[in-house]
Amino acid sequence: MDRREFLAAHRNRHKVEDSGSSKPFRTLSGINPYTGTWSENEVIHLLKRTMFGAAKADIDYFKTKTLSQAVDELLTPTAPAPAIPIKEYVTSVSAANPDGNIAQGTTWVNDINGDGTVQSQRRASYKKWWVGVMVNQDRSIREKLLMFLIDHFGNETVDVGNANWIYKQHDLIRQNVLGNFKQLVDAITKDVSMLRYLNGYLNNASAPDENYGRELMELFTIGKGPDSKYTESDVKEAAKVLTGWQINGTTYNSMFTPSRHSTVNKTFSSFFGNTVITGRTGATAGQLELTDLLNMIFAQQEPAKFIVRKFYRWFVYYDIDAAVEANVITPLADIFRTNNYQIVPMLAALLKSEHFFDVMNRGCYIKTPADHIIGSIREMNTQFPSLTDWSTNYGMWSLFNNWMVNMGQNLHDPPNVSGMPPYYQEPSFHELWINSDSLPKRNQFTDTMILNGYSVNNIRVQFNCVAFAQLLPNPGNPNDLIDDALRIFFRNDLSAQSKAQIKTQILLTGQQWDYYWANAWAAYTSNPTTANFNTINARLKSLFQYFFNLSEYQLM
Amino acid sequence: MKRKDFLLSTLPAAAILPEVINGYSVKALNENSPLVQALMRGLTLTDHVLVIIQLSGGNDGLNMVLPISDYTNYYNARTNIAIAQNKILTLAGVSGTGIHPAMTGLQSLFTDGKAKVIQAVGYPQPNFSHFRATDIWMSGSNSDQEVYNGWAGRYLNYEYPNFPTGYPNSNMPDPLAIQIGSTTTLTTQGPSVNMAMSITNPTSFYNLVTGVVDPVPNTKAGKELKFIRTINQQTQKYATSIKNAANAVTQQSTYPSNNSLADQLKIVARLVKGGLKTRIYMTSFGGFDTHSVQVTNGDTSIGAHATLLGRVSDAIKAFQDDLKYLGVEDRVIGMTYSEFGRRIKSNSSTGTDHGSAAPMFLFGSKIVPGMLGTNPTIPTVATVNDNVPMQYDFRSIYSSIMQNWFCLDKTVVDGLFPPNINNQLQNLPIVKPGSCTNTTPPSGNIDKVIWNSPAPYSKNTTIYFKTQGGHTLLQIFDTLGRLITTLIEKDYAGPVSDQIQFNAERLPTGIYYARLQNGINQTVWPMLKVRE
Repeated sequence: MDRREFLAAHRNRHKVEDSGSSKPFRTLSGINPYTGTWSENEVIHLLKRTMFGAAKADIDYFKTKTLSQAVDELLTPTAPAPAIPIKEYVTSVSAANPDGNIAQGTTWVNDINGDGTVQSQRRASYKKWWVGVMVNQDRSIREKLLMFLIDHFGNETVDVGNANWIYKQHDLIRQNVLGNFKQLVDAITKDVSMLRYLNGYLNNASAPDENYGRELMELFTIGKGPDSKYTESDVKEAAKVLTGWQINGTTYNSMFTPSRHSTVNKTFSSFFGNTVITGRTGATAGQLELTDLLNMIFAQQEPAKFIVRKFYRWFVYYDIDAAVEANVITPLADIFRTNNYQIVPMLAALLKSEHFFDVMNRGCYIKTPADHIIGSIREMNTQFPSLTDWSTNYGMWSLFNNWMVNMGQNLHDPPNVSGMPPYYQEPSFHELWINSDSLPKRNQFTDTMILNGYSVNNIRVQFNCVAFAQLLPNPGNPNDLIDDALRIFFRNDLSAQSKAQIKTQILLTGQQWDYYWANAWAAYTSNPTTANFNTINARLKSLFQYFFNLSEYQLM
Repeated sequence: MKRKDFLLSTLPAAAILPEVINGYSVKALNENSPLVQALMRGLTLTDHVLVIIQLSGGNDGLNMVLPISDYTNYYNARTNIAIAQNKILTLAGVSGTGIHPAMTGLQSLFTDGKAKVIQAVGYPQPNFSHFRATDIWMSGSNSDQEVYNGWAGRYLNYEYPNFPTGYPNSNMPDPLAIQIGSTTTLTTQGPSVNMAMSITNPTSFYNLVTGVVDPVPNTKAGKELKFIRTINQQTQKYATSIKNAANAVTQQSTYPSNNSLADQLKIVARLVKGGLKTRIYMTSFGGFDTHSVQVTNGDTSIGAHATLLGRVSDAIKAFQDDLKYLGVEDRVIGMTYSEFGRRIKSNSSTGTDHGSAAPMFLFGSKIVPGMLGTNPTIPTVATVNDNVPMQYDFRSIYSSIMQNWFCLDKTVVDGLFPPNINNQLQNLPIVKPGSCTNTTPPSGNIDKVIWNSPAPYSKNTTIYFKTQGGHTLLQIFDTLGRLITTLIEKDYAGPVSDQIQFNAERLPTGIYYARLQNGINQTVWPMLKVRE
């Protein structure tokens, strides 16, 4: 396929960072280690940005660690990889080649099946599964990084078509999220989904297809920053380097076909120091030249800066002014480069930095739909049936995935190869998530989860407001209850006046004395009858519904 | 229990329910049934507005509506807080009953024929918890039932099915109900969503009311918060219609200052005049939980409770005057309620503790003025547990308003309440006849007839009563408001005198109340049981 024209329309609006802006909230903090207060507040900030929501158990766990320990642990997942996707669907009767060989409840990821209907069902299955992995995420940054990197490489499952290939790409990135970025680019270049999506499999010596070579430079490594000066000729030469890769239709692996490879020398522009990549022949030619190509690209200053900017926009904020460029991006890019593109040292420096914990940079991040949906599910400590009940769980995950799609985030299906617009589209960036269509849906989701939840296989999953309140240190005191809940839910606190009003109107039902709530809570805890439960539950539901409908809840 | 469940349980258990309209199963019913007819009729056309004033905390009704004709018992029950007899304000068209001296505004509405008091409104088995009692009043449930949607919410859900899907639309471009205050309440909670919008909600109408607006900090977070709030306001479907309505009214008559209820009612008047088709407005006013010092030592006519009642009265008076000034007086009625009244006997800290039944005020040019019911029965020697016995079930007031002001069929209204009380709900003369052209207004032919003999009694007594025919209910309550037994509940073919024995052998001595309800009338008759 060819997205050239469509993309050009977008890319032309890319701008160099605005160095002349005089924003009142400009901050000069850099990547020196943060040495300020390390309290529950900072833990929650760190967790919301690196995981989906700040679950109470995670907050309590990391509170006992130092900041450095906490970041190191987040960057060192110890939990085993999640269970792989299974066939939870009933194969459609319209499948010409049904996958009846795969029993329900067992995985399809290794089963070769080219049937479009089956693959369509598997793509849906894959997305549900991924949502489930996020809902059940381990205590690490892994899932958030994974979502970032899959977005970075911008493939669309609907175009790739084959869910087995898609899952392979997902797994490849999953294995490398805390590894070496340059090696990941090497692997993704030969990934079957990528070969399919950006036509690499069609790229051959007789008629090079520039699609992947172009995106490799423009979107995946060098970018179009102010100092990016690669040329059209460089794209053409890179395309020649990349000739000969194909997809093996029976093994679903990529393969290199020497006869399709361009064996001529490839000469690059002065941006690359006029590098010449020697044309090779034979079975190893493709890999040898690819290694040369990536060495040449990553020898430049630009890739580290370009990638670090994307990390920054994913974990901190979208606006990169001159101060951020100088004090954060540039030194982080140096760390990235110095460490030969290992992700962990660069990310550790960012997450431990005074810039990351700068009060000016907190609470300004507009939640992605995933942050909103999965974060709220996790923060409310929502209970699901055991994972052995895959049918119910996949059913739930499917519903959450539909909500995310309706709010504008279709996992592994961005609008185009550039990824999700909120991460690149000047000047609105993250604000693109919030519009007159998506915002009411965000409210509807939390309303639904509070009021009724969802029932699958006659098993109901919903927010349990009373159980959540019981996690808090002093739920019998309406003031503490509101403060402690809001510390988790909001990063921008409400005024004392607002909190007092909300307390009186909701928790006290118009009464003036706090002890009416305290008594109701005590009545429930000492005698948890249905009536006593309902009295506090009705009020807590109203309270949380109200909180989740406030604009503050959209920020983290 | 949801409204649908109410309805389903009214149907035969074996009924098969293949068709559901607005949550009602209709196939099981004959298509000519009034319920089905009502359902097919669609939206009831009316421009009527109901304003609900919630007095939070449990208002001491006995110091608000005063039993002049039973003053001695009243005074003896609460010597430390009793209003001096010569200060009680009398009411036009009402004898033997007056109101608190701070309520001059309401007094003048009685004079104008625009106010009504309904005595001793409550429900059997009163609950003395603020939370539970408020939930009961808002949901319209029975005392032992938990219903987490509201009576007005169910009504609005009937009129505007599937809300909010498809709303606003040309039939209903405006909010169905508006809560003046920060949050929507159970009253307007429908079966699945709340039917009301709250107009001090921080994300909807910052400047319309004197609402709390949390400032936006001058940070990146502040920039984004401002952005999201802006979108929030834009997406608030009713922002435009409310703002337009508010802006359409530039001149209103005077309201008292330092009176938050007046502030709220002023907004209501403005929005009604401004053209909103909203049917229900809710306001609230708190501080009635007067366990201590509800009066000033030395002058019981002033103090905390007097201040509250004065504000309520001033606010309602100003509101009514404004409605008249704005020319929308005939479209609006209002009512006050509190989650419960307070005990007959005052406590030693010049206050009153949680009680049961209490009076309600209704106001408006279309209200039948005067008083419904009688002064509460007060024992000669009141004890700490004595409560005002219930005369009217609060749901009869809701039901009457829905029938005679919102012009709904009784069958539909019955479906909005627990099935086991449907037959007990009265259609009371609250709204003036003709407010709904096709409704036959109830007439107020009060023929009070109940007594017992022997009296006092020690074991059994016979209760004699007269019914005008039709549904007749004879209940016995104790002084705590607990329903001891229902002696009679049946339909009489026509006017007749009847009698029934009340066996009190196993009951403790003391006062019991026989409550006779027949059509729109009911009478509460005290019966003293003594030792042999």
